Amino acid sequence: MAEALLSLAGVHTHIGQYHILQGVDFEVPRGGLTMLLGRNGAGKTTCLRTVMGLWRASAGSIRYDGKNATHTPTPDLARQGIAYVPENMGIFAGLTVRENLLLAAREQALDEKRLEWIFGLFPAMEKSWHGLAGTLSGGQKQMLAISRAIVEPRRLLLVDEPTKGLAPAIIANMIDAFKELKRTDTTILVVEQNFHFARTLGDTVAVMDSGRIVHTGAMAALAADQALQTRLLGLSLEAHQ
Amino acid sequence: MNAARRFDWMPLALVGAVLLAALPLVGSASTWVTLTVAGLAMGMMVYMMASGLTLVFGLMDVMNFAHGAFISVGAYAAASVLLALHGRMEQPSLAANLSAMLPAALAAIVLAGALGLFFERVVIRPVYGDHLKQILVTMGGLIVCEQLIHVVWGPDQIPLPRAASLAGSITFGDVAIERYRLLAVLVGLAVFAAMWLLLARTRIGLLIRAGVENAEMVESLGYRIRRLFVGVFVAGSGLAGLGGVMWAMYQESVNAQMGMQMMVVIFIVIIIGGLGSVGGCFVGALLVGLLANYIGYVAPKLALGSNILLMVLVLLWRPNGLYPVGKS
Amino acid sequence: MLQRLLSGDTPRSRVLAAVLVAILFGLLLTPFVFPGTRSLDVAAKVMVFILLVASYDLLLGYTGIVSFAHTMFFGIGAYGVGIAATRLGPTWVGLALGAAAALALSAVLALAVGLLSLRVRAIFFAMITLAVASFFQILASQLSWLTGGEDGLNFRLPEVLRDRLVSYYAVFGVVLALFLALLRVVNSPFGRVLLSIRENEFRAEAIGSRTVFYRTAANCIAALGATVAGILYAVWLRYTGPDTTLSFNIMIDILLMVVIGGMGTLYGAVLGATLFVVAQNYLQDLMKLASAALAGVPLLPSLLHPDRWLLWLGVLFILCVYYFPSGIVGKLRAGR
Repeated sequence: MAEALLSLAGVHTHIGQYHILQGVDFEVPRGGLTMLLGRNGAGKTTCLRTVMGLWRASAGSIRYDGKNATHTPTPDLARQGIAYVPENMGIFAGLTVRENLLLAAREQALDEKRLEWIFGLFPAMEKSWHGLAGTLSGGQKQMLAISRAIVEPRRLLLVDEPTKGLAPAIIANMIDAFKELKRTDTTILVVEQNFHFARTLGDTVAVMDSGRIVHTGAMAALAADQALQTRLLGLSLEAHQ
Repeated sequence: MNAARRFDWMPLALVGAVLLAALPLVGSASTWVTLTVAGLAMGMMVYMMASGLTLVFGLMDVMNFAHGAFISVGAYAAASVLLALHGRMEQPSLAANLSAMLPAALAAIVLAGALGLFFERVVIRPVYGDHLKQILVTMGGLIVCEQLIHVVWGPDQIPLPRAASLAGSITFGDVAIERYRLLAVLVGLAVFAAMWLLLARTRIGLLIRAGVENAEMVESLGYRIRRLFVGVFVAGSGLAGLGGVMWAMYQESVNAQMGMQMMVVIFIVIIIGGLGSVGGCFVGALLVGLLANYIGYVAPKLALGSNILLMVLVLLWRPNGLYPVGKS
Repeated sequence: MLQRLLSGDTPRSRVLAAVLVAILFGLLLTPFVFPGTRSLDVAAKVMVFILLVASYDLLLGYTGIVSFAHTMFFGIGAYGVGIAATRLGPTWVGLALGAAAALALSAVLALAVGLLSLRVRAIFFAMITLAVASFFQILASQLSWLTGGEDGLNFRLPEVLRDRLVSYYAVFGVVLALFLALLRVVNSPFGRVLLSIRENEFRAEAIGSRTVFYRTAANCIAALGATVAGILYAVWLRYTGPDTTLSFNIMIDILLMVVIGGMGTLYGAVLGATLFVVAQNYLQDLMKLASAALAGVPLLPSLLHPDRWLLWLGVLFILCVYYFPSGIVGKLRAGR
């Protein structure tokens, strides 16, 4: 069994006086899509940010691709193949769609074939190619954020709440796009609140509560167990669509 | 600083309005031309002094109150060179004069840039993120720099005679335009054009524009933005030095308080323009320069306070400045 | 008894207590122990600046706000007295009116500046206060029919105050009383809220204190303190002008005093002001000697030139910001 691509062991993170991550242990297996679920304030975003080096882990260790990545600086992690799509999408409103993608493509030029593929997933990107990213709709901005993360092949995608605030039709589009992404050999870690999204796409799942991981396992197993869902995530998630 | 999609013309229209409104107030067209050129020249020099500061703030979230030191140091460095090469300055040929002014400008940029590097590394880096300490520490830096100028160059004002070929004015009929002011306008436009091209057309410009919006995201895309910070800081300092030279040559003297004296005007300009916006800084500087000259002629008593009144009016219209930078 | 007087905020260090007592008695007894106009002038200036700097410490050290408008309020106080004494003659009524008008104007301005600008970021606020103070300075030098322009105003005071001794002790009394009042303020629940705002503005908002209100209040109190200092200074000097109160150099001096003395301690203001004003007047003589003694050595004489004393203070200031945020007071307290 290959070593997990990303593994956290006993990770603590303090923000100011707040002790947010209180000993996170979990692993993201290679390939496939891992869902990180949990209530608001459980620490999911903090988890991603700590992995990405945007917040410093005060204790514990993070291993990425077999190497210690606990205190590796953010740009270096990005260069080692991690792409991060933050909760607020982080698109540059004053730059065009093209410029946003250009910036994300560290190889200086955009690969035509790759662009075609992205346009196939998100046609709106082609339509608004020279438009300012700030004028895009919420859903389109999210698509741009994800396009940036995949404009070149990456080993690990960290995505924070991609369906937040999106209309169901757009979410459907998003699900299709992620299904496509799963066919590449990128490993994906997604933080989500939308259980339908999670259940459709997730291979493995981890649930966070109060700064710790309280459950890990196969998504199929969690999806089949209503009682477990209610216990871990607070309410019946059929309602959470 | 985006390519002209949905470009916001209002602030430029404001400049136009000021230009037009001044004409009847000033009375005579020829005086108006003279004042306008004077205003543009002043605006350009202030722009050069201020643009580095606003960009540094927009990108790095650092307000360097010691920016005035870069201006003074640049001016003094240039003064030393100009005085050493005074023979060339006294000749009536433009080429000879430039052969003294160019090295002087270079000296100013290099020395101010070097001081900037020192500052970023030693003074500011320890207090990234703490605005209170930044203000205090950079104020302290300003005091120390001013004193060190006294130590190195002496406490007296140093007179800087104008280059022989740039003295006096060109006349077109009734209109008299100072030669030096024309040069200042040209240099200012060149600097602005260069900055615009850099920001709009190059990859580094792309990084800077993105970084002003969201430095963290730029890092997450794999760029070591710290290095960019240092580069921009040093460039901004060098630019301030250039502004200092131009200003010193305009005033025909250098003194240690030069930089500090300009700080209020510079702050007003960057607040008017929008903290972090280079284009806004340009428009703001033009407005300040033009207004100072028009009002200085029409109502001299109001002249000194006109900047601040302008700032208040602009803030009432656009509380975040003419071209607010959308920070994520 | 002493605890209550100091509002529970004792020096907490033997050396500091000793120094403070020495300063207190030194100031109290100056007319007798160090007679002569120069020493009286220095002592009076020390007292005025103690009040000026202590009120600034409330703003900077306790509330965490950097304002460059403090000298403006200082000037308002001084000009209030000056203009009243010039226009209304050397009467008590005139003096009272001038003082009252100055305090009222300061309160209004502080309120306006506070409410309008304290909603914005610290840096914005600092820059705006700089612009406002600069504007005020321009006004003072331009409206010469009112303010005497660059030359300022020379005026006379009511009979009783013309006696140097009487005005000296009047200043002493007011400064002492207001200093103790400031101690009371910073050690009250209000003061504790200020500190919590300084520590973590985000959290303070979360626990429900409307920070804008508290910060504006702090701004007003500080402004009033500075105004009273200005009033006292004008009474002492019988003169007011743009350079004595409104100059940016004085703002820099205040910053130096509060940081080197110790931010957020109030006693730091006492130490800082004493050190600074005394040094300003007497250290320079020492430096002149040193500079002359080193005449042959390159660079050193100009570094030690008495006019360069600001250089060393500036360096000390920077070091304090990095390493000793509580200044001398902090060091003394830590050392005990």
